[in-house]
Amino acid sequence: MNYIAENEQPIRIRVELGNRYISTQQEEKLKEMFANQQNFIVDHIISNVILKQTALDWKDDTAIKLYNKIIRSGQVLNVIGDLLLIGDVNPGGKVVATGNIYILGHLRGVAHAGSDGNKSSVIAASYMSPTQLRISDIISRSPDENAGGMMECGFIDPSSDQIIMDRISHLARTRSDLSVFERRIING
Amino acid sequence: MGEAIVITSGKGGVGKTTTTANLGTSLALLEKKVCLIDTDIGLRNLDVVLGLENRIIYDIIDVVEERCKASQAMIKDKRFDCLYLLPAAQTNDKSALTPEGMIEIISELKSDFDYILIDCPAGIEQGFKNAVAGADKALVVTTPEKSSVRDADRIIGLLEQEDIEPPNLIINRIRNHMMKSGDMLDIDEIMQILSIDLIGIVADDDEVIKATNHGEPIAFQPNTKASIAYRNIARRILGESVPLQNLDQKVTFIDKLKKVFGKN
Ligand SMILES: Nc1ncnc2c1ncn2[C@@H]1O[C@H](COP(=O)(O)OP(=O)(O)OP(=O)(O)O)[C@@H](O)[C@H]1O
Ligand SMILES: [Mg+2]
Repeated sequence: MNYIAENEQPIRIRVELGNRYISTQQEEKLKEMFANQQNFIVDHIISNVILKQTALDWKDDTAIKLYNKIIRSGQVLNVIGDLLLIGDVNPGGKVVATGNIYILGHLRGVAHAGSDGNKSSVIAASYMSPTQLRISDIISRSPDENAGGMMECGFIDPSSDQIIMDRISHLARTRSDLSVFERRIING
Repeated sequence: MGEAIVITSGKGGVGKTTTTANLGTSLALLEKKVCLIDTDIGLRNLDVVLGLENRIIYDIIDVVEERCKASQAMIKDKRFDCLYLLPAAQTNDKSALTPEGMIEIISELKSDFDYILIDCPAGIEQGFKNAVAGADKALVVTTPEKSSVRDADRIIGLLEQEDIEPPNLIINRIRNHMMKSGDMLDIDEIMQILSIDLIGIVADDDEVIKATNHGEPIAFQPNTKASIAYRNIARRILGESVPLQNLDQKVTFIDKLKKVFGKN
């Protein structure tokens, strides 16, 4: 175990657990053991299994929540995961989702997608004339003279780090991966 | 059994008191027995608009605190035997009125009256909660201004949480030339945002202010634009289908409005 010379570069390794589950503490301990005893650094610990709770959380995170109502002035609708709203968001009303926001109706109020930091979230509406759009921590307000547009979608343009608008039909090109549960499972 | 209707708006000064007085008068003209309740404690107005200020002896707080019976506090109108007013208190003892107190008074009045119209104070605080507590229905009054529509929307949201029928909308103080020139929200825009049923539109009419200052509701006059509008709303409350007044809007408007009422 001590045949590796002191000055040698550490070797980066990947630990495969197969169908075993270990807790976060155990994971830390494992990493520590490798780091202390040998000249290894653990890059990844990969397991085929996750906790049921984690799976349920992921599902909740990526599930589409359907609401059929008008969000009126002073009202706030908060959801975990994606929001599909059938109805309008009126001026003074607000919808917030940790995932994407899809509105089958008129968005006139405020919409905040990716509210806990997901910058790849999008906001789509049949009729788009919001007072403000927020994605993650990026805010854009509507131009003061805004006629609004039909079937539009707002998302963060990675090159400028600003919210830009495009037609919903163009979304498939830029975001073919709109948060699917399976993707989360595969990528962790 | 009578029906209790609250007249509310959120924003102040859009015409709740004027609407209450005129709908009361119009329903009385149609020979309904009507009681108007002023719940704007500390800022009572309804008595002045009806010209009954000098007849007040007891008020609604006296009724709640059992210093008198509801029948003793009620004032009969000068013009109609079937129209009564239960006035608000002019003191600042606001906390005396509670939702429970209102429910009790209204359920007592329902056996004697066909309609109980409740004039709600501005705002969304305790006064609003009291005014809607005993109501079966609500009329939301707005003017064609953004801020007024915004507050109406807020109020509709709050009413949707109450145990009452979906509210109906009255658009008051319409100035036709301004709507046409796009300087005011038009009826269509307002309806799109609020998406509730429209029960009437009332023109902005100097005669309303004159009548108010004489303590005689405009609905009493035969043919001003506003008096016809209020009488039409009263008939719609009774379930009649009355086409909306033509305030010289674009034809498409009227067509859309007819659709709202399911006429033609
Ligand atoms: N259709 C109308 N045309 C012209 N003036 C009007 C009309 N409706 C209301 N007014 C005027 O607007 C003013 C405010 O009306 P009113 O007192 O009925 O409002 P309110 O909503 O009861 O106010 P508050 O919130 O203070 O109780 C009054 O001076 C009234 O005469
Ligand atoms: Mg008033």
